[in-house]
Amino acid sequence: MATLARLQARSSTVGNQYYFRNSVVDPFRKKENDAAVKIQSWFRGCQVRAYIRHLNRIVTVIQKWWRSFLGRKQYQLTVQVAYYTMMMNLYNAMAVRIQRRWRGYRVRKYLFNYYYLKEYLKVVSETNDAIRKALEEFAEMKEREEKKANHEREEKKRDYQARKMHYLLSTKQIPGIYNSPFRKEPDPRELQLQKAKPLTHRRPKVKQKDSTSLTDWLACTSTRSFPRSEILPPINRKQCQGPFRDITEVLEQRYKPLEPTLRVAEPIDELKLAREELRREEWLRNVNDNMFLPFSSYHKNEKYIPSMHLSSKYAPISYKEQFRSENPKKWICDKDFQTVLPSFELFSKYGKLYSKAGQIV
Amino acid sequence: MSQRQVLQVFEQYQKARTQFVQMVAELATRPQNIETLQNAGVMSLLRTLLLDVVPTIQQTAALALGRLANYNDDLAEAVVKCDILPQLVYSLAEQNRFYKKAAAFVLRAVGKHSPQLAQAIVDCGALDTLVICLEDFDPGVKEAAAWALRYIARHNAELSQAVVDAGAVPLLVLCIQEPEIALKRIAASALSDIAKHSPELAQTVVDAGAVAHLAQMILNPDAKLKHQILSALSQVSKHSVDLAEMVVEAEIFPVVLTCLKDKDEYVKKNASTLIREIAKHTPELSQLVVNAGGVAAVIDCIGSCKGNTRLPGIMMLGYVAAHSENLAMAVIISKGVPQLSVCLSEEPEDHIKAAAAWALGQIGRHTPEHARAVAVTNALPVLLSLYMSTESSEDLQVKSKKAIKNILQKCTYLPALEPFLYDAPPNILKHVVGQFSKVLPHDSKARRLFVTSGGLKKVQEIKAEPGSLLQEYINSINNCYPEEIVRYYSPGYSDTLLQRVDSYQPLNN
Repeated sequence: MATLARLQARSSTVGNQYYFRNSVVDPFRKKENDAAVKIQSWFRGCQVRAYIRHLNRIVTVIQKWWRSFLGRKQYQLTVQVAYYTMMMNLYNAMAVRIQRRWRGYRVRKYLFNYYYLKEYLKVVSETNDAIRKALEEFAEMKEREEKKANHEREEKKRDYQARKMHYLLSTKQIPGIYNSPFRKEPDPRELQLQKAKPLTHRRPKVKQKDSTSLTDWLACTSTRSFPRSEILPPINRKQCQGPFRDITEVLEQRYKPLEPTLRVAEPIDELKLAREELRREEWLRNVNDNMFLPFSSYHKNEKYIPSMHLSSKYAPISYKEQFRSENPKKWICDKDFQTVLPSFELFSKYGKLYSKAGQIV
Repeated sequence: MSQRQVLQVFEQYQKARTQFVQMVAELATRPQNIETLQNAGVMSLLRTLLLDVVPTIQQTAALALGRLANYNDDLAEAVVKCDILPQLVYSLAEQNRFYKKAAAFVLRAVGKHSPQLAQAIVDCGALDTLVICLEDFDPGVKEAAAWALRYIARHNAELSQAVVDAGAVPLLVLCIQEPEIALKRIAASALSDIAKHSPELAQTVVDAGAVAHLAQMILNPDAKLKHQILSALSQVSKHSVDLAEMVVEAEIFPVVLTCLKDKDEYVKKNASTLIREIAKHTPELSQLVVNAGGVAAVIDCIGSCKGNTRLPGIMMLGYVAAHSENLAMAVIISKGVPQLSVCLSEEPEDHIKAAAAWALGQIGRHTPEHARAVAVTNALPVLLSLYMSTESSEDLQVKSKKAIKNILQKCTYLPALEPFLYDAPPNILKHVVGQFSKVLPHDSKARRLFVTSGGLKKVQEIKAEPGSLLQEYINSINNCYPEEIVRYYSPGYSDTLLQRVDSYQPLNN
């Protein structure tokens, strides 16, 4: 307790003393602190630099080892690759050598044989030549045939011409135009004319029935296939001056159709021919049966009324019985007489008397 | 008396009808009358006359209708619109042969103008009756029916199929075997028109046994029949290899080759077409044609005619040469190349020139030997001029360019290449210089010649972009020569020499 009392007694001085002492030290305190920091920083700097230097040295060692390791590894690899490529090149070269030999052999043996090709081309060109020749011959033959046909046609035409001009042939008295007396030899035409037979007169055309002509017309479809009349006499010609006959009369005479004798004009078996013709037409025309009938045959349906004389009970004797003996035993043959009409002398001269040709009589 | 007078009126009426219809039929043959006739309403009048009681009037009316419809498609359409066709088809089955002929003529005249009109005929059911007409006894009726069927079938595949479905083909084949030339002709052309549309239709024609009969008649003396037959065979064989082989098996070789010597142009053309259609399919068929001597015959044929007749022959050579190098060689030894280059320079029309250019390209593209054979005939400058000419068509330019390229890429014959250095455009020059760059390093004589002929100088003058293919080729040419020579021939070398003279300081002090 005494101590406490002592301390309490000294407390006021202690306070003063503390203040006094602090105020004495204060001016040096900052300076000392700065100095301490400086010293410490220098020391610590040295320490860290030494440590870093140490570390660098160690790192270099590590890197040296590591890099050398990598480098060695890389080198190993490069060497391997180089070796490999070298070997591959060698192998390839060898393979090419083998392939070259093999391919050459194979192509020559199986695919492309030069000699075979040469042979083939030779054969082809030979075939070509042969074909060319054959075709040439063929064409020539065709041409020859055509020429021959042409020649024949010409010949025919010339013959026809000669027959047509036969009237130019020279007679004993009068030389023809091709047989000039001033020349040594007659014209070749003259010889031709001598050989030729004169043309006969043209027959008048048989007039065809309308129905056949129409079918003909239908059968061919050309423009000019309509039934046409023959050449018409020229109209509109002026009357000639002088004592001439009327022109129509002259033309009528000029274009007068041939008038055959009755005997020539009408054939003996006309009926048979007509029937034949009718049947042929029927067969040819086979149009449908229910054809429109022309009105001109209208009176066909009329009933035939016999004349009074024929309808008497004393029938007229038949024609043939007029000439024959009634007794059949006297007959030479039992066939009927055939009726053949004799020609009339007068009628056969008909027409000839008027023409110039009548002088033949 | 009075009855007679009444009947006379009728008789007069009938006479007038006959006369009218005959006059119309006659007038319809001239084109200048047709418009007047149409304006006068002839169609409706004829239509009523088709139903006339008198057969001759019916027939003549049908004939007049046919002639009108033949004139142009408007009139044909008018015939269709007037509903005349069903009437015709109905009576086609029943009437006599003259009427049948006239009715078939109308159908033919209507059907020939357009597919629509032909379809209208088919819609009327005319095919069945026409096919029945093919069985008729009268050859004229058969001919008319075959002709009508031909005009229906020629438009398109559907109509042809309809004709085939009606069973026309076997009857047409029978018609070919008839003795009448005209009927044969029409039947052959009908078969040709049927077969041309599709392989199936051609197959039906073949199945009907047409080929053997057609092949037999190749030697027929009638030119028109011959050309129809050849056209039918070519239409059959154009579709597929099998069909072509069928045609070949009918032993048409070497008989066909005689047709190439025919006088008639159409026969020649169709014969070459037939050979072309056969040769184009496979190398084997081409080889067969070559072995039969077909190439030589075709080449002779090309030489003996002009214009469009040549075209199929030229194409045939191209097809044969395209198949393989041996076949191309066969064309070359058959002396085909000179003929083709003659065609190329002589023919006035572009499409024939184009075909010739194409054929030459096909021949020359195989090996240097082939290219040399083409180049020797002096075809290359002609091709180049065709390519450069502004008058040639686009197709011709493309074809000649391709041919030049094909030939140049194989050509090692330098004298032929040399002129190209001077007047070829850059896109072709590239190939020319390329060929030089390939040949020169291996051929000393050619190197020497190249310098003396001025080629090297020309090469130095070519302006090429650095790094381009052309520049590479030029460099490889330059590498074949010593540097002084290259420099000597470079443009502007003399100037640099002179400059050196100017700048030179003499060493006299």
